[in-house]
Amino acid sequence: MEKWLEHVEPLTFKGQIAVPYTWWAGETGSLFLMGLRDKETIMGCRCNSCGTVYVPPRRTCAQCFTDTGEWVQLGNKGTVQSYTIVRFSHPLQPVEAPFAYAMIQLDGADVSLVHLIKKDLDKLEKGVRVRACFKEKSERKGHILDIDGFEII
Amino acid sequence: MDNIAIVGVAQTKYAERKKDKTCADLVFDVTRAAMEDAGLALEDVDNVVTVSNDFIDGRTISSMAVGDAAGAHDKNISTVEGDGAFGALYGAMRTLGGFGTTLVVAHAKGSEGDVKFITNGMFEPIYQRLLGLESISSSALQARMYMDRYGLTEEDFARVSVKNHANGKNNPYAHLQLDVTVDDVMNSEKLADPLKKLDCSPVSDGAAAIIIANESHISKAKTKPVWVRGMAHCSDAYLLGDRDLAVPQSLAAASKKAYTMAGINDPMKSIDLVELYDAFSYMEPMWLEGMGFCEAGKGATLLDQGVTAMSGALPVNPSGGVLSSHAMLVAGLARIIESVLQLRGEAGQRQVENAKTALAHGINGACGQAHCVWILGNQKK
Repeated sequence: MEKWLEHVEPLTFKGQIAVPYTWWAGETGSLFLMGLRDKETIMGCRCNSCGTVYVPPRRTCAQCFTDTGEWVQLGNKGTVQSYTIVRFSHPLQPVEAPFAYAMIQLDGADVSLVHLIKKDLDKLEKGVRVRACFKEKSERKGHILDIDGFEII
Repeated sequence: MDNIAIVGVAQTKYAERKKDKTCADLVFDVTRAAMEDAGLALEDVDNVVTVSNDFIDGRTISSMAVGDAAGAHDKNISTVEGDGAFGALYGAMRTLGGFGTTLVVAHAKGSEGDVKFITNGMFEPIYQRLLGLESISSSALQARMYMDRYGLTEEDFARVSVKNHANGKNNPYAHLQLDVTVDDVMNSEKLADPLKKLDCSPVSDGAAAIIIANESHISKAKTKPVWVRGMAHCSDAYLLGDRDLAVPQSLAAASKKAYTMAGINDPMKSIDLVELYDAFSYMEPMWLEGMGFCEAGKGATLLDQGVTAMSGALPVNPSGGVLSSHAMLVAGLARIIESVLQLRGEAGQRQVENAKTALAHGINGACGQAHCVWILGNQKK
């Protein structure tokens, strides 16, 4: 029964699933995103118990299983902890390849933020210092890409 | 705790595009083959665990669509959404919890969707998914961090790809059977530095099934039982930036628990082979470190010394590993099946001589967020 299929294309059917999800950013996430949009500031939060400063901020510290309490304004500069130069293009990507993803430890944070680096890719290495570049105010909408990307200082 | 054993296994040949089979066809084929392997009839299977993912299958509650094909009509059926090694762990728990036998079956047809969209969907939707991260680029971040931490090179990873693709040539089930050199890997298409095409696993179609039996039900099966001597899993933080990507601490925790359960003090001495989840070349040495076979940063040295070769003291991925066949979700169950075949002495060209104890491993989530470790043996203790 299977042999004849070797010589022909099988019948296929296109899926139609495109569910229009709407994700609520939550109170903590909204304050973070509003900081990007309105003030060009990157806010983190500190766990009351272990003192870890998280970014993006979140309401609970997974290590301590307690509420994080205090808001902390982080620097718009940071240090690259890891990076990759992406060479392939895909509709998911917000920019044309080549570009880089980097894990950036912002000044004042204990964890890394993953974001984009679009230029000077040949200068990327662990430990380089980078700065957040914000989109023009009129283009910012309370979105992680209100930070257009990070540039090497 | 009762003793439990794996008494039946089956897997399809993995392939880029199984156009002659639907998901249900694949599940039916391996379910029937696992029962035949065990010499058990459908009425001997007390409950069924299916492993599926709604994004991969493109359907809501994807498990319900394969229940009939898994012989679960009128049976107790439940589902694990995640890698098959975790599905098997749940199946083992059910077998310890009152069911005499459990069938665990996993399937995936990567060819029917778009893996980049699907793996993008595992990331946090507001801060990470919108960046376009998916499996290859996120793993590249991990590979780079690992290289920088321990002074490793891209050639260190290329040698893993060469070894595992060579092993895959001995495995009739493998999707890729490739002769590749370090130069071939180094010159293959650059995807996301430091990862190149031959550092990455293929996207495969396939299915796999196992039957786990309580010791009280083992005499019904015709196969030599492969005993579950230890099993554990552990998960790390969700967000990539929260984790130290160069140190798989959840794997270390899971391994330690599984070794304790199996009464293993020195894994290098007690374990004869490893089948681990090398979705990317760099993962093999990194996971070996997490499993405690060497110090942190020394995983690549094990390969350089020939320890992980077929002729070495600890052959790793005799099957060719996930680098040779990567049906998502199925791949962890395939690691268990390959270990079972080794311990039964039925691994053909890829047989490790005198294999008595094996470690099988699966991962879930981006960059190995969660790890599942199995210690299997052909002796009960």
